[in-house]
Amino acid sequence: MAKKPSTLINMLVALLVIAAVSGGVLGLVYGVTKDTIAQVDQKKNEAAIQAVLPLDGEITYKADTIRYTYEGVDMTFPCNLAFDANGNFKGAAVKTSEGGFGGKIEMMVGFLADGTIKGTSVLSHSETPGLGANMTGKFKDQFVDKNPSGFKLIVKKDGGDVDAITAATITSRAFSKAVDKAYQAFMANKAQFMNNAPAKEAAPVMEEAPAEENNETEGGQSNE
Amino acid sequence: MSNNLQTFTKGLIKENPILVLLLGCCPTLATTTSAINGMSMGLATTFVLVLSNIFISLLKGFIPDKVRIPCFIVVIASFVTVVQLVMQAYVPDIYETLGLFIPLIVVNCIVLGRAEAFASKNPVWPSLLDGLGMGLGFTLALTLLGCIREFLGSGSIFGLTILPETANILVFILPPGAFICLGFVIAIVNKLKKESH
Repeated sequence: MAKKPSTLINMLVALLVIAAVSGGVLGLVYGVTKDTIAQVDQKKNEAAIQAVLPLDGEITYKADTIRYTYEGVDMTFPCNLAFDANGNFKGAAVKTSEGGFGGKIEMMVGFLADGTIKGTSVLSHSETPGLGANMTGKFKDQFVDKNPSGFKLIVKKDGGDVDAITAATITSRAFSKAVDKAYQAFMANKAQFMNNAPAKEAAPVMEEAPAEENNETEGGQSNE
Repeated sequence: MSNNLQTFTKGLIKENPILVLLLGCCPTLATTTSAINGMSMGLATTFVLVLSNIFISLLKGFIPDKVRIPCFIVVIASFVTVVQLVMQAYVPDIYETLGLFIPLIVVNCIVLGRAEAFASKNPVWPSLLDGLGMGLGFTLALTLLGCIREFLGSGSIFGLTILPETANILVFILPPGAFICLGFVIAIVNKLKKESH
């Protein structure tokens, strides 16, 4: 087939047709894959919650958001609250983020009701492979089962308790700060969560709530 | 037929896009931090390359010369987006590792280069073979670089640990390591090519 001459009409028609067909095909593929992608995201989210807040027994999760002012900046933290079958508050998985070396580090941190960190998980990051990206390994595990009331979420170099990753102090600082943000936001709003149980068993929780506001009592209860 | 076979094989070694033509070095340097990343990137690119070559070869009579580049880019970008959506839905793990580099296939000069230099001048079948050969050559080079860098930098190949952590030379998974590796591999390939002549 001979090439079409480059007249205005020919060019317009060619561009239009190609753009229209491409647009149509993309719309079609998007429509087909949209639900699967949403499912995959949903599953990823659930898996992340399970990973940072593994709890025994029948647990109901409830999505919520925390508003908290950290270092003078208003922030919102999407979170998932965990309640056991009796409507007792067991903990929360809090989404948090902080600027790292290569960009934003998005994380999820799981707290037990007394504030103990149950697990951390990095959802997305763009840290340097081999350096900062190693935070998803051993570095992350040092936070497990630590209670920030006795474990300063600052790298050792800056006077805290966190072992920084070699040659990736900025990443380590960002990671620790993100956890700290989530922790402070969690602790400041904890009392509210207690009353936030799924509706049917709300009454007993309300009664226990005043006693539980004290850190130590409540820590003991959640360990039962 | 032997001509067709040549069209296919030239991309593998003789006109390897990375090692000989030096096309598409940007994703090469960026994604070869590990063997699996390099290979996935290579295969995704191969897929786009084959499809875009086929369609551009089919459309070559319909596209006037003066607007060929925008037309090619629209076709290529569409396929890349299709690949991206499909990967996101059905192989989320690989999609996660490659992330940003999938959309960047659009600006990979191999894809546009083959469309312009080959597919827009040749029938469908040779264009398909050309795309496949070039794509596999690209995959081969990326996997090779990925293996070398992963071995030197993280002491493993395809995630399989071989060397202890203390033997790792970190610079090889960082950008400078990519340049150093690529330079050495190209030098070796050139030397081998010269000797075989």
